[in-house]
Amino acid sequence: MPILWKQISKGMRYFETLFLCLEETTKTNEKVTALIDYLSSVPDEDKMWMIGIFSGRRPKRTVSTKNLRRWAAEKAAIPLWLFEESYHIVGDLSETIALLLPPPAIEVQKSLNEWIQLILSLDKMEEDKQREIVFDAWDSLNTSSRFIFNKLITGGFRVGVSQKLMAKALAEFTHIDPSDIALKLMGEWSPLTYSFQSLLENEENEGSHSRPYPFHLAYSINEVTDLKGEPTDWVAEYKWDGIRGQAIFRHGHYFLWSRGEELITDKFPEFEHLISVIPPGTVLDGEILPFKDGLILPFQHIQTRVTRKKITPAILKVNPVVFRVYDLLEWEGKDIRSKPFIERRTLLDQLFASIDSYLPLQLSPVLPFDEFDELKILREASSENGSEGLMLKNKHSTYSAGRKKGEWWKWKIDPFTVDAILIYAQSGHGRRANLYTDFTFAVYSQEGDLLPFTKAYSGLTDKEFIEINQWIKKNTLERFGPVRKVTAELVFEIAFEGIQESKRHKSGIALRFPRMVRWRKDKVVAEANTLEDLQLLLKKSR
Amino acid sequence: MANKGLLVHTALGLYCPKADVYLDPWKPVKKAILSHGHADHARWGSSSYLCTPTAAPVIKYRLGDINLETLPFGEEKLINGVSFSFHPAGHILGSAQIKVSYKGEIVVFSGDYKTANDGFSEAFEPVKCHTFITESTFGLPVYHWQDQKWVFNEMQEWCKNNRNNGQLSILYGYSLGKAQRILQGLPESVGPIFTHSTIEAVLNVMRNQGVSLKNTVTVNEHLTRAELLSGVIIAPPAVQNSNWLKKFEPIRNGVVSGWMALRGARRRRNADKGFVLSDHADWEGLNEAIGLTGAENIFVTHGYTDILSKWLIDKGLNAHPLETNFEGDEVL
Ligand SMILES: [Zn+2]
Ligand SMILES: [Zn+2]
Repeated sequence: MPILWKQISKGMRYFETLFLCLEETTKTNEKVTALIDYLSSVPDEDKMWMIGIFSGRRPKRTVSTKNLRRWAAEKAAIPLWLFEESYHIVGDLSETIALLLPPPAIEVQKSLNEWIQLILSLDKMEEDKQREIVFDAWDSLNTSSRFIFNKLITGGFRVGVSQKLMAKALAEFTHIDPSDIALKLMGEWSPLTYSFQSLLENEENEGSHSRPYPFHLAYSINEVTDLKGEPTDWVAEYKWDGIRGQAIFRHGHYFLWSRGEELITDKFPEFEHLISVIPPGTVLDGEILPFKDGLILPFQHIQTRVTRKKITPAILKVNPVVFRVYDLLEWEGKDIRSKPFIERRTLLDQLFASIDSYLPLQLSPVLPFDEFDELKILREASSENGSEGLMLKNKHSTYSAGRKKGEWWKWKIDPFTVDAILIYAQSGHGRRANLYTDFTFAVYSQEGDLLPFTKAYSGLTDKEFIEINQWIKKNTLERFGPVRKVTAELVFEIAFEGIQESKRHKSGIALRFPRMVRWRKDKVVAEANTLEDLQLLLKKSR
Repeated sequence: MANKGLLVHTALGLYCPKADVYLDPWKPVKKAILSHGHADHARWGSSSYLCTPTAAPVIKYRLGDINLETLPFGEEKLINGVSFSFHPAGHILGSAQIKVSYKGEIVVFSGDYKTANDGFSEAFEPVKCHTFITESTFGLPVYHWQDQKWVFNEMQEWCKNNRNNGQLSILYGYSLGKAQRILQGLPESVGPIFTHSTIEAVLNVMRNQGVSLKNTVTVNEHLTRAELLSGVIIAPPAVQNSNWLKKFEPIRNGVVSGWMALRGARRRRNADKGFVLSDHADWEGLNEAIGLTGAENIFVTHGYTDILSKWLIDKGLNAHPLETNFEGDEVL
């Protein structure tokens, strides 16, 4: 039977159809339609699991992939070597297993939630019992449902559903404002504890104390002449090169979020003292910077703080940080994001007037200027101040979710850097034949397509180079010749000398002298630059 | 090769020294016997060729003015005491397995084959032999074909959906083999079938040889979009990223190939939709065909040679991989 909406979509089939559709289409509208179709067809638990899965909140892994491989080979009645060869060629474990198994004895329809509950119930169960349950499941699912079932076990639905896209679909489905939805989707929650109803209602719960606001992001500009209005409409600050963070002080608790929606409170214990200083009901937006003896240190110094599992006193001493604050999002327990920037900033200044300067908390200074032309001089001097350019913020702008043109601009010293996603790695020649030295990077298009746009050679430290090589081997999706396709997960900053239009590339863009400047371990894929950013750069550079 | 030297593996291809004949040679030779007309099997430049009568017209059309003889399925031709005969391989129209026998020793070269009957090509017939040289294009247990009826149904639903969305459906398949299979297999309800000119050329060669094929219309500038929307276009894969398609936007690309069984291949091919339909045997088909020959020696060519050989050895057969220059007609 052909797979079609409505006709046969029962139980998990709805999710399966949605997944295939998201994978097959590159058009935003089609994706939104598919998401809405799904939302209007399934029970609430299935809605939440879908949202959870596509926002990285997958169910806990309860079965090891090693066992899955063994069991699949057994069930398919093939030797393990043949399973491994097949896996090697198919490149996806869930898919390999789904394709290898014999046809199902009888098809059973269960909802997504029911299958996930079954998978969760396997936790800490004896292996033989686990095996029996997994076999039963395989026996009752067709090939494409099995693929989904296996994915639910192993995780890794890497399908392009950005937070923005999800919020858009949910907003259309629920008739709630997309920015409200986006806010409710942030923070720490699990489909097990967060119901679809609570997503709709305005109720307070445990999770809402920790919930961050969606970050407001800046567009790049290349010339100040692009600024609209009068100089008096704008505030200039330095652009700091650290980790963007949102510090939340609510109900006697403190949380620190990175831009990648990652809770990084534990990585920066020095900020915990701030609870006694910052009044509850305050949310600060700023940059965590490596800072020692009154100087801002290069970005690498903060990497260890993020990558280390455990932050020891020694690390705190060797790699101290400060939180340099530039915006106030919540004050006296109220969301003040809709106030103009200049009002928020005034409140922020008042707050800082009462804070002792010995704390690892600083205010990002406002740079005075009368004419736009003066900004050029300020920008040129920015590196002496440990910054990488200027931020230009419209005084009247509200703090909206994501990017909005004409509100915040970043004007970097080196105008040409982008954060891009690693998708292919190619091994070198001769002595370096077993090392991956040549990397291909991609950005997302508005439609959610991952478009390769440049190759770049390593400009990484030796240590990082070894690390990335090991990572590539573990995260290969497919191989063709010397090239490996890897999971789109790592973000790198690419610097380049120029940007041109190119008919040859699918992205329509070619870079001159691209090189990898650094590995942005602090960024997740959703934070990388987009095709739109590149197109904007292209337009500006003409 | 362990067949008492009846066939040997040479740089030019499989060779029968006793008869001085090559099977599907890769370079020009004196006498070539061809399993079928795909470009990796039928190459230009040999002094004389032998193939089945149904395969002959397309081979002539593709290779030009060649010295070509035909031999009907099941009939024997003796060359210097060695007997050669063709047996249906079920791959495409006129495709054959080549049976070579001499003094009671039988070797069969499979060429490309599929065991399922597609209703258009002469259906595969197993041939008993001592040595079987088998292809292995899809020699991996992940390849398992659905009944073609199911696939054609899926195609029809897809075309219907696209039409409702105002999108033109384009199905990609090789002009020799896949295109005819799609044409004959699509249900009438998809509407008129439009073809790219390279496909139409092959169809016309077949029509001229008396094969009954459905009516088609070559895509031309006089056709309106509404007319095209009422049906479906069949085009060769090479066209997929060419300018030829620009004027048809919005379109949907449906790639018809066994490789479409894998998601990675679908993505790489930029297929909006992949239809898993192959003219090669799947894993079960290969194993079944190999078993039916009763052969004690198996040589595996053309595909996953190492993996299939190892599997056959595990099963107690005397199997060997045989590296060849066949590039495969279902390459991406
Ligand atoms: Zn062929
Ligand atoms: Zn072939």
